[in-house]
Amino acid sequence: MDASEEPLPPVIYTMENKPIVTCAGDQNLFTSVYPTLSQQLPREPMEWRRSYGRAPKMIHLESNFVQFKEELLPKEGNKALLTFPFLHIYWTECCDTEVYKATVKDDLTKWQNVLKAHSSVDWLIVIVENDAKKKNKTNILPRTSIVDKIRNDFCNKQSDRCVVLSDPLKDSSRTQESWNAFLTKLRTLLLMSFTKNLGKFEDDMRTLREKRTEPGWSFCEYFMVQEELAFVFEMLQQFEDALVQYDELDALFSQYVVNFGAGDGANWLTFFCQPVKSWNGLILRKPIDMEKRESIQRREATLLDLRSYLFSRQCTLLLFLQRPWEVAQRALELLHNCVQELKLLEVSVPPGALDCWVFLSCLEVLQRIEGCCDRAQIDSNIAHTVGLWSYATEKLKSLGYLCGLVSEKGPNSEDLNRTVDLLAGLGAERPETANTAQSPYKKLKEALSSVEAFEKHYLDLSHATIEMYTSIGRIRSAKFVGKDLAEFYMRKKAPQKAEIYLQGALKNYLAEGWALPITHTRKQLAECQKHLGQIENYLQSSSLLASDCHLTEEERKHFCQEILDFASQPSDSPGHKIVLPMHSFAQLRDLHFDPSNAVVHVGGVLSIEITMYSQMPVPVHVEQIVVNVHFSIEKNSYRKTAEWLTKHKTANGIINFPPETAAFPVSQNSLPALELHEMLERSPSDNSLNTTGIICRNVHMLLRRQESSSSLEMPSGLALEEGPHVLRCSLVTLEPGANKITFRTQAKEPGTYTLRQLCASVGSVWFVLPHIYPIVQYDVYSQEPQLHVEPLADSLLAGIPQKVKFTVTTGHYTIKNGDSLQLSNAEAMLILCPVESRAVVYSNTREQSSDAALRIQSSDKVTSISLPAAPAYHVIEFELEVLSLPSAPALGGESDMLGTPEPHRKHKDKQKTGHCMVTTDHKVSIDCPWSIYSTVIALTFSVPFRTTHALLSSGTRKYVQVCVENLSELDFQLSDSYLVDTGDSTDLQLVPLNTQSQQVNMADLRVSFSAENRRHIHSKQSLFFVWELKWTEEPPPSLHCRFSVGFSPASEEQLSISLKPYTYEFQVENFFTLYNVKAEISPPSGMEYCRTGSLCSLEVLITRLSDLLEVDKDEALTESDEHVTTKLMYEVVDNSSNWAVCGKSCGVISMPVAAQATHRVHMEVMPLFAGYLPLPDVRLFKYLPHHSAHSSQLDADSWIENDSLSVDKHGDEQPDSSSLKSRGSVHSVCSSEHKGLPMPRLQALPAGQVFNSSSGTQVLVIPSQDDHVLEVSVT
Amino acid sequence: MAVCVAVIAKENYPLYIRSTPTENELKFHYMVHTSLDVVDEKISAMGKALVDQRELYLGLLYPTEDYKVYGYVTNSKVKFVMVVDSSNTALRDNEIRSMFRKLHNSYTDVMCNPFYNPGDRIQSRFVCLGRAFDNMVTSMMIPVC
Repeated sequence: MDASEEPLPPVIYTMENKPIVTCAGDQNLFTSVYPTLSQQLPREPMEWRRSYGRAPKMIHLESNFVQFKEELLPKEGNKALLTFPFLHIYWTECCDTEVYKATVKDDLTKWQNVLKAHSSVDWLIVIVENDAKKKNKTNILPRTSIVDKIRNDFCNKQSDRCVVLSDPLKDSSRTQESWNAFLTKLRTLLLMSFTKNLGKFEDDMRTLREKRTEPGWSFCEYFMVQEELAFVFEMLQQFEDALVQYDELDALFSQYVVNFGAGDGANWLTFFCQPVKSWNGLILRKPIDMEKRESIQRREATLLDLRSYLFSRQCTLLLFLQRPWEVAQRALELLHNCVQELKLLEVSVPPGALDCWVFLSCLEVLQRIEGCCDRAQIDSNIAHTVGLWSYATEKLKSLGYLCGLVSEKGPNSEDLNRTVDLLAGLGAERPETANTAQSPYKKLKEALSSVEAFEKHYLDLSHATIEMYTSIGRIRSAKFVGKDLAEFYMRKKAPQKAEIYLQGALKNYLAEGWALPITHTRKQLAECQKHLGQIENYLQSSSLLASDCHLTEEERKHFCQEILDFASQPSDSPGHKIVLPMHSFAQLRDLHFDPSNAVVHVGGVLSIEITMYSQMPVPVHVEQIVVNVHFSIEKNSYRKTAEWLTKHKTANGIINFPPETAAFPVSQNSLPALELHEMLERSPSDNSLNTTGIICRNVHMLLRRQESSSSLEMPSGLALEEGPHVLRCSLVTLEPGANKITFRTQAKEPGTYTLRQLCASVGSVWFVLPHIYPIVQYDVYSQEPQLHVEPLADSLLAGIPQKVKFTVTTGHYTIKNGDSLQLSNAEAMLILCPVESRAVVYSNTREQSSDAALRIQSSDKVTSISLPAAPAYHVIEFELEVLSLPSAPALGGESDMLGTPEPHRKHKDKQKTGHCMVTTDHKVSIDCPWSIYSTVIALTFSVPFRTTHALLSSGTRKYVQVCVENLSELDFQLSDSYLVDTGDSTDLQLVPLNTQSQQVNMADLRVSFSAENRRHIHSKQSLFFVWELKWTEEPPPSLHCRFSVGFSPASEEQLSISLKPYTYEFQVENFFTLYNVKAEISPPSGMEYCRTGSLCSLEVLITRLSDLLEVDKDEALTESDEHVTTKLMYEVVDNSSNWAVCGKSCGVISMPVAAQATHRVHMEVMPLFAGYLPLPDVRLFKYLPHHSAHSSQLDADSWIENDSLSVDKHGDEQPDSSSLKSRGSVHSVCSSEHKGLPMPRLQALPAGQVFNSSSGTQVLVIPSQDDHVLEVSVT
Repeated sequence: MAVCVAVIAKENYPLYIRSTPTENELKFHYMVHTSLDVVDEKISAMGKALVDQRELYLGLLYPTEDYKVYGYVTNSKVKFVMVVDSSNTALRDNEIRSMFRKLHNSYTDVMCNPFYNPGDRIQSRFVCLGRAFDNMVTSMMIPVC
């Protein structure tokens, strides 16, 4: 609280104001109690209940006790509240009735009458009792009587208006009690008076405010009234309420101004529109600026006066409320607002006057705040004050510009006149600040006095502001002030000082991508650099500006011309290059290779066409455009092969470059997107996958250090690469927009060439694109000549002409006329020489370049193919026909000759058989003209057919069946089938049955029969040939046959050469039938049919068909007398479990070796099922004596036993180990039984020697009544 | 009515900025850019408050002599800045708020457009993309009274 320095006037206006209480009656008495009273009154707070629903407040009451005078009482209509006596007290210590009647009563009555005359009802009568006085006087009435009298006389119905204060100056409990009661009463009455009087005042004030639309209403008058209320609240220490009064006044005034602007003018307001003549700023050092207050009272205040006064009051109250930061904030608002209001009211203001006022006011507010806060508080609240600093800086700057203090030459006379006018408007310095060295007034006056002083003050302010902004993190604001400062320096011709601020600001704008500020700041920077003579930087800025679309065409041309002018200057040091980044000059858009796969052979020509998008506004003549190329010898030789060339083709050879993103913000958060690519690495030899993965192509972008200091403008990292490999294009004119530039190069060394840098030179200025990204490469390769021979089809077939493709990759070798391939002939392979054979020559890019007839000369040993002339790195292709002579495949039929191959075949997978072609390899050695070594080429031919044979019997008649199966994919035509006996038997005849019968293949497909004895055999088909064997004498024991059949591809009409037939040789043995076996089942006697479950009789009839033959001569043959017998074992087996054989199922018989010798066997069998059942099998074996050491054969009974056992076990196959174990043990027992015993041997009779005449017959079995029992037992 | 409307990306680069053609465009660019300081300050002060209770409207960022700069920030930290002439006293807080809300809705429409790449500048030359937004901004810049 600012203690007033002024001497206390009788009527008040200071913060020392207290509500007035008058004292009448005994003045000496009052003087004696006054110290205690004034000390005790504010000690305890009292609750103040407020009208209009305002919150109650605890309030400490103080009072200013003055002697009662009639003049103090307000007259009718007096609105003054500060001087209003809120309570009137009458003091008396009268205890004598006489005295009371004589003087006191009269005095009281007079006092009361005065009060009544002024209709004041707030009064109190205090009677002080003094024990000491009582004792002195003898005829004293009891105390009560005086009090009662007074109450009776004056306080009708208001007995509480009279209080007794006992022994006020003593120190007793009674005194204390009395004091407390008195003080409480006093406070209550005071508050009652406040409530009543303030309420009345407020009502009056409101009434006055409601009249504001009436013509005669004056804002100033109302202002004074409401301020009176504010004063009272302030007096009662209710600063909040006081502030509200001023805020209401503020708002009311603002509204009037706004309404005035809207055309609704109030008369009184025109007074505030008088021209501004004084601009001496706010005055905040005094609690109340009486000067301004009086001018308001006199209705002479200008708008600035009113605003200043109002704000100074608000400021004072806010400081009381400990809210200095609100002062700063309100101050800024006020200053902006005043400027606006003056504009709105069209008040005439001399130029610069407002700037002075604002500047002074800003500093005044700042100094006022500094005056009541300590350093730490100020530092932590910069955010609130920095706005004022910034505003002051801004205003000082504009004053400087206005008064010619910024120009190089200093102010002229007009400027000086203006300065004098401005200083005049400031008036004299106020006494409060006269002694302060740094007062705003002195500062302004000094700043305007000279160029140097202005610079000092302006720099001080600017630096302080920048520092403050920076310290609270308002970097952008700091940069913006810095830019102002840079402008100042530029005007002061100090570009070296301006540069750092411009750089800082530009970096900030670039980082956040603000195009317009970038352009503007860069333009300033360019000027600065030009002044500083930073040629490189200036040229770079110029190139950026020349390509900046935010500038006008003229400006762009100007900056472009700056570059061209510099470039055309003769350089003082020749060879000195100015290296600038390319992106602002021109952008690389795309690149196109020809050939499009970017691969050329040594000596080949490669052309690269690039599209450059020139950013310059005018055509630019470029001396040369250079691409630096990095050469590396390719490690992975696979890339250079012809295969690689054909497989790797970029999409039409065009590489697009992403547009430069230099203009786009390079924010820390927006990293470039991941460029992920699949990577597959294949083995060079067989193209199989080695590794696979994902690679990130732009790791270098993502993992780059985020350098805050990396300059965006400096060409620091640019270095010209000098290398031996360079692509060059001279004297190019780059038109604005897209330009196509073509580079041509002849490939020299094999390897990989990577395009690294792109440079364009204009005089001594070089524009460089340091890295061409994405990576662009071309390959140069050299290749050895190669010969490839491969079949046209999947596999070559033997026996028919097959096409083989020859590919000669010339590589670096040039094929001359007369160069030929020398093929050494393989024995069983012919090289056919077609008449019209042509060789085609292709270029490396598979474009056909020529074709020529192929000359082939064949001798016995060598076939010579003369190649057409072909240049290096070409491919010659031609086709030849080769024929593998069929050789009879090795006989496979020896082991199972007579057995029918049918059952074996059935188990095989049909698909599989197709692939099981027999193959033969033929090796050809080729001499190539480019090599002294021979190339050996192996060709594999497959035999298209598979042949099997079978012997078929019908009684004693014999047939040979040959089956030809076509395994290939081709259809063939078969012709002229022959079966020839190669043995020496003469009486054997082979009668073909093929011509008449229709042939049925395995898949039951009909094979057509052609009249010319030709038959088609389609792919995967089989064809059967049958011959009957006929003989007149004794048949030979074995038969050697050769089957041959002519074949040709079915599709081809005519073949140039006759083909060799396909042959198949085989042998048949023991084919003559010796025994006929006949089985018959008859129902039990008396029954018509066999029944399930009932025994039937089986009769087996074994008949010898021939006399003794060569084949019978073996161990089983016994000769006794004239009879020759052999031992046979028969066995009845029913594998399909249709029959149960009862009793012995097998037996050994002695068979006479004579024609028509018959053996008959009877057996009992029981059918297990009903229906037509096939007969059980009857097998015949040769029974050989035991002396031969065949261990595998079995005793008949044990065979059966084992068989049945295995059948039993077969029924309940379980996977558990116990059953397996038990089975294993049984077997082991069996085998141990047979071991060691000398057993006779059984030998199966060859199938051709036994003919079963009853095979295929069936017997009808009808079900019995109780068949279900049996079914259960079987299943 | 506003004299300048700007949409600023999370990374503080302008997505859209437009000012009344009669005035110096550059001045508003500088002004809006500088106002980001206060936006950042207000956002970081707000960071402590609960996210869902957060007020998107930032209020008056700072007044200058001639203009008032208001701010608004979306949940995705896209900032809207509006510059209003100081002399235009008819515009109260509520009007500013509703203008921002309208701006936000229009911006959301742009974002919902499948042809719009978030982070790209909003350009009115793409029909049905920036055009609607542009028209809405134009309507905000036309003097209402």
